[in-house]
Amino acid sequence: MRDHLAPVLIVLALLAGVPLVVDSNVVLNFLKVALMLALAGTGWNLLGGYGGQFSFGHAVFFGTGAYAVAVLQVRFGINAWAAFGAGIVLGAVLGLAIGWLTFRAGLRGSYFALVTLAFAEVARIIASVWPLTGAGAGILIPLREGFLTLQFGSRAEGYWFVLALLGIAMLIVRAIEVRRFGAQLVAVRENEDAARALGVDVLRVKLLAIALSGGITASAGAFYAQTFLYLDAGLAYGPWISVEALLTAIVGGIGTVWGPLLGALVLQALSELGKHLGGDAPGLGLVLFGAVLILVVRFAPNGIVGLARSLRPRRLARG
Amino acid sequence: MLLSSDILIQAVANGLLTGAIYALIALGLTLIYGVLHIINFAHGALLTAALFAAFFADRVLGIDPWISVFALAPAFFALGYLLQRLVVWPASRGEDRAILLVTLGLAVIIENGLLFQFRSDTRTIDHPFGFDVVELGTMLLATTRVVAFFAAIGVAAALFVFLAMTDTGRAIRAVAKERLGAELSGVDVPHIYAVTFGLGTACLAVAACLLLPSYYVTPQVGNAFVLVAFTIVVLGGMGSVPGALAGGLFIGVVESISGLLYGETLGQLGIFLIFILVLLFRPQGLFGAKA
Repeated sequence: MRDHLAPVLIVLALLAGVPLVVDSNVVLNFLKVALMLALAGTGWNLLGGYGGQFSFGHAVFFGTGAYAVAVLQVRFGINAWAAFGAGIVLGAVLGLAIGWLTFRAGLRGSYFALVTLAFAEVARIIASVWPLTGAGAGILIPLREGFLTLQFGSRAEGYWFVLALLGIAMLIVRAIEVRRFGAQLVAVRENEDAARALGVDVLRVKLLAIALSGGITASAGAFYAQTFLYLDAGLAYGPWISVEALLTAIVGGIGTVWGPLLGALVLQALSELGKHLGGDAPGLGLVLFGAVLILVVRFAPNGIVGLARSLRPRRLARG
Repeated sequence: MLLSSDILIQAVANGLLTGAIYALIALGLTLIYGVLHIINFAHGALLTAALFAAFFADRVLGIDPWISVFALAPAFFALGYLLQRLVVWPASRGEDRAILLVTLGLAVIIENGLLFQFRSDTRTIDHPFGFDVVELGTMLLATTRVVAFFAAIGVAAALFVFLAMTDTGRAIRAVAKERLGAELSGVDVPHIYAVTFGLGTACLAVAACLLLPSYYVTPQVGNAFVLVAFTIVVLGGMGSVPGALAGGLFIGVVESISGLLYGETLGQLGIFLIFILVLLFRPQGLFGAKA
């Protein structure tokens, strides 16, 4: 086993053990949603955290993964696993297409954020009127529990499935981090012109990053559809998922393997707190998210991971 | 599809009326962009906040939006000034990516704070001129919207004069053009940044008071406007005041006509497609100089 993958594998193994010791539905549901958000955030982080291309519209990938799974199964009778795979591939292809259009036009920074936001809105409007996606009424995946239909009877199995997806995504990111591609991606983030001057094929690097990013976030959407079995345009392509995807990475630690997972756990806890404090009135959880986002940008630009790292050298110095 | 010219002219006129409000919203956005070089993602949420303020001024205090605008515009100027001075600038330390995130955070807080407080109910006011119309040839135009049109154009013109003639206006333009040079000539740059943010926010308060008599309020209502405003700003050239005005009127007409032809939802789609196409192929805007 490669050394650099070991910490990720150890944490995944620990997380995999949770359902064996905890029987509470509340805890497992909490973790399942948190892991799904971490997965969406891991996709965002690859492009935004490592590559420095801030997308404000990752819902376009999440929703495409979700709708692909639902539409292929319900309208075309395709097997759930195949549909799931197709959803991931579609997310990656869409990433390539959006990247090809925007990066070739030289859009960076705020412009890139704006154009991704617009793509997500276009997708949302199309999904809300297209009969294929169920238009305004949405689309329902019939309940058929079983391994072949990718609908798990027990909560533990669903949990392990999303954990496996997240694990794969984190291993991919970790593997990229230590390879040439990772270094090139960071070089593009730090100074695109300098990276180009050093011979980095900037367009190719960005395209690869957005394709992987799109595929990973699409898998989170596909998992969402398979878990909740209902989609409409607002759920799949709504701005909430674009915001949550970037929040998990930024709160946890932008441009780090662990960031999205840590951020998702913290944010999901905040969201529960918001529900607890606000009763049935929606919105309080997101108010907390917004406040945390500003506080993190102000006081801890490298997120939870950054805070932890800033503590470490002091400990070493004392010891 | 065959359309009678009367319907088409009516659609164009209505588009222009809406477009003037769009222009006012976009003006605030483009002003902030032109001077601070930041995209203010909180613009839509601040518009929603202004609509709520005007709504409660009418329903609770009994003050007509056309009157309360004279209090709300200064109040929102102060709000914008303080937000920039106390939140956006200190939190982002002037870094582009950080500013994007901070204004996004503000948008999320404002929008969901309103949602938490007021739920997603749709609210409207009964305006005394709510059902009046102005006849113009074959056209029937809602009085409230005609008033809004002229008021929006008037405010835009006043802003233009302010930027051109006053010392503060000159300082704002100086900072927009050459920040360091302005700073060396003794311009208080953080103050000018905050004034600009305040002016942009005040534009929203005016737009809200003009919109309210013929529109509705929900916690999400600002979103519908903000992407349109981004489109206008990009179309008119980021930071260009005349560009925002022309772009606003143009988009208003495009929306009205495409809504007539394809229905409201798909009409919106047309706007986003214009937005994406302009960003991809002419990011300096139709009226902007080649960057």
